[in-house]
Amino acid sequence: MGAQLRVYRQKIRSAQTTKKITKAMELIAASRIQKAQQRVAASGPYSRAVTRAVSALASYSNVDHALTTEPEKVERAAILIFSSDRGLAGAFNANVLKEAGELAARLHSEGKEVVHYLVGRKAIAYFNFRKRPIEKYWVGGTDNPEVETAHEIGDTLVTRFLQPASEGGVDEIHIVYNRFVSMLTQTPEVVRLLPLEVVEGVEEPGDRTVLPLYEFEPDVDDVLDALLPVYIESRIFNAMLQSAASKHAATQKAMKSASDNADKLIKDYTRLANNARQSEITQQISEIVGGADALASVK
Amino acid sequence: MPLTVSVVSADHEVWSGEAKQLVAKTMIGEIGILSGHEPVLAILDVGEVRITLEDGNVVKARAEDGFLSVEHDIVTVVARNAELVHTDTAAR
Repeated sequence: MGAQLRVYRQKIRSAQTTKKITKAMELIAASRIQKAQQRVAASGPYSRAVTRAVSALASYSNVDHALTTEPEKVERAAILIFSSDRGLAGAFNANVLKEAGELAARLHSEGKEVVHYLVGRKAIAYFNFRKRPIEKYWVGGTDNPEVETAHEIGDTLVTRFLQPASEGGVDEIHIVYNRFVSMLTQTPEVVRLLPLEVVEGVEEPGDRTVLPLYEFEPDVDDVLDALLPVYIESRIFNAMLQSAASKHAATQKAMKSASDNADKLIKDYTRLANNARQSEITQQISEIVGGADALASVK
Repeated sequence: MPLTVSVVSADHEVWSGEAKQLVAKTMIGEIGILSGHEPVLAILDVGEVRITLEDGNVVKARAEDGFLSVEHDIVTVVARNAELVHTDTAAR
């Protein structure tokens, strides 16, 4: 067998093996999207109920709460970035990090100091490589987010927010995550989490537009105190679930195009290998014919 | 008119259905909800929520870190961690 032919066969085999792996990853991601989407749907009733309650509070009480008041001067802003623990998801992490970078640049230009909170190994690797400071991070479980993690993140951020800026508190909190639009589209989204804007960027409280006049127990302030952190937590949890679903969708897409590319490579190399084999045969025939001719002419 | 009750936790709906009465423990004591109750938003203490169904069976759920909202006979028990404690025969 000619050297060229052997090289081609090797490349075909290598592409075939890669294709098997990417195909398997594609199938796994596909089944996980389903699960992730179901979780997004399952968390719907909770976030709807919380949002509705907070809207009711916001529209029927004029109380000021630390979490809803705009600070006079914003000295420090926090950005919470939701990335994934694993790569192989196309532009998933690049998109969200780029968006966060733009946001940070904008906040800087407004004269604000920016601190970063990260979720997922990929964002941490990105920050470490560039030697940028990380305020706090959470790893593990980005594929299958837990409520407890959301609770912890919420707690950390709210505590930090309630601290005055002079003691290292932050005056603004933004979150950046990939929103799951469809299986094909996931868009990076920037939302300002705190101070809260309940009216804007939230699901409408449903068909009954007029909220009833609620009685609060124990009283408005206590309910507000208890509800707002829960609301923030549910927003964070929702972002985590969306991000997980997006990640799986991105992985599926990336792995599908990898499998397609492998297919194309296999096809191209098969053509080349066939060509090489054929030319080898042609050469052998012409050598035999040439040899026979030479023998015949000697006689 | 029966109450429409749903108990939801952060990641799923724990229970939903129609009920006659609901008793929950709030920060300042137990609250009982019957049909026609005024709209209420109450913070729940850690404890049991008892839901009495139309047929008299009782569904109990444990709720932690949550609140209760009542409006137009729609009762929503919202808690980060909620689970059914024990479901009597006919309840789903």
